[in-house]
Amino acid sequence: MARVPVQFTLNGEERAEFIESGTTLLHALRDTMGDTSPKGGCQQGTCGACSVIVDGELRLSCLTLAQTCEGAAIETTAGLAAGGVLHPLQRAIMDGFAAQCGFCTPGMIMAAKALLDHTPNPTREDVIEAISGNVCRCTGYEPIIAAVLAAARSNSQNAG
Amino acid sequence: MAIRKGRGVAAINYPTGMNLGGDPSQALVHSTPTGNFMVSLSSVDLGQGLKQVMAQICAETIGVPTDLVTIDTADTDTGPHCMGTFASRGTHRIGNAVRQAAEEARQVMLEVAADELEVNASDLDTDGTGNIHVKGAPQKSISIFDTALAAHFKRGRSISGRGMFLVPRSFPETETGAMKPATCYAHACVVADVEVDDETGEVTVVSVKNVYEVGRALNPKMVEQQLVGGSWMGISHALYETTEPYYPNREHGGTDFNQYLMPGPGDLAATETIVIERPAADGPYGAKGVGEMCANPQIPALANAIFDAVGVRIDSMPITPERILRALKAQAGEMRTG
Repeated sequence: MARVPVQFTLNGEERAEFIESGTTLLHALRDTMGDTSPKGGCQQGTCGACSVIVDGELRLSCLTLAQTCEGAAIETTAGLAAGGVLHPLQRAIMDGFAAQCGFCTPGMIMAAKALLDHTPNPTREDVIEAISGNVCRCTGYEPIIAAVLAAARSNSQNAG
Repeated sequence: MAIRKGRGVAAINYPTGMNLGGDPSQALVHSTPTGNFMVSLSSVDLGQGLKQVMAQICAETIGVPTDLVTIDTADTDTGPHCMGTFASRGTHRIGNAVRQAAEEARQVMLEVAADELEVNASDLDTDGTGNIHVKGAPQKSISIFDTALAAHFKRGRSISGRGMFLVPRSFPETETGAMKPATCYAHACVVADVEVDDETGEVTVVSVKNVYEVGRALNPKMVEQQLVGGSWMGISHALYETTEPYYPNREHGGTDFNQYLMPGPGDLAATETIVIERPAADGPYGAKGVGEMCANPQIPALANAIFDAVGVRIDSMPITPERILRALKAQAGEMRTG
């Protein structure tokens, strides 16, 4: 397959790489860009572990061709702890013991971030809807729901 | 046709660890020159928090803050032997090995400190924050940092210890079949409330109330996260999960995890979880294994609740709407012929 150039910003940083044509965004991020925070779970869009934010919208990076992201702004969990300070979602996941094996956690966090970016004060039902495309085997979901709501509260307190 | 309510109760005893051929784990502990402690294991942390709990056990035993302990589970080729992380055995078996290794290392540490302070090692105690002092005379003290430096560069001692915990194989008695498959048991009791639609066979788990007896909860928040996740998984085992969802033709069965059904975040039952602590006599600081135990009692509790709701006993898992409807149909047939 032909190698093609792709250029986008990854967590605010300009990135330009040559990738195999037809490479998914997941593999471009993990194998070419060295950002392994999106996880390859099912590789067919059913588990949510690969979730990233592209131009403000939640996307499954395993079903997104990297070439379609030309010029886009891509956010992953790896970029959240700006300056070494944990994002409120990361802090809430830690404080709420909402991760065990951790494989779903980066995708969960991006799904929750996409929610909070659009809906800063979500209801419990909003949170359930937002993470319903993300599979978790360990936690039973309840601690994750509670953590997202806690992060929303801490955001609004900081803003207020 | 109606939504029928039911309540089911179940209680379980759950063994910690396994018995086949004996159940050993080993640990090695040593200090760095600056008084940090390394625990070498072949055990694996699956996310349940084994590294954290082993660090706590080592730190508690030696008398240092937990953050001075590093758990190295790097390589099963080179680490001390461990049977593995399964059968709810990690905290109990590996924890006992770590405790024994840490006790031996602590003894060497106190001997070196005793040489430095010119006192008897049996008169020394630790304060848990990194210092060793003479009992009753806290002003006569030495830091663990300085003790480790002295051991390495002055006294020629290795502050280290070996730990080995083995539950020997129990053979059944020929005449009676009696044996001792486990040395300690965790316990649980669950009350489950359900609603069963007797037209569709659909079960809604309204609530589960769990009481778990876990020995001593060495890290209460991590025990809680195990129990909360386990309770959800128990419901999932009871009502959802199977590799062969389609009856009767195997060709219609699932071929991937995306066809393996589990309850999602929108399907959660109201869940209450209470922990009771009755320390195990042979557990490290009283701990028992809770990993698998916590996902078991929901299954019989839900089967009982469904029986209470619609009067049918389902004895194969998962208890799907199809199985409930077939049982209801059979029951109606019996009533007609009866």
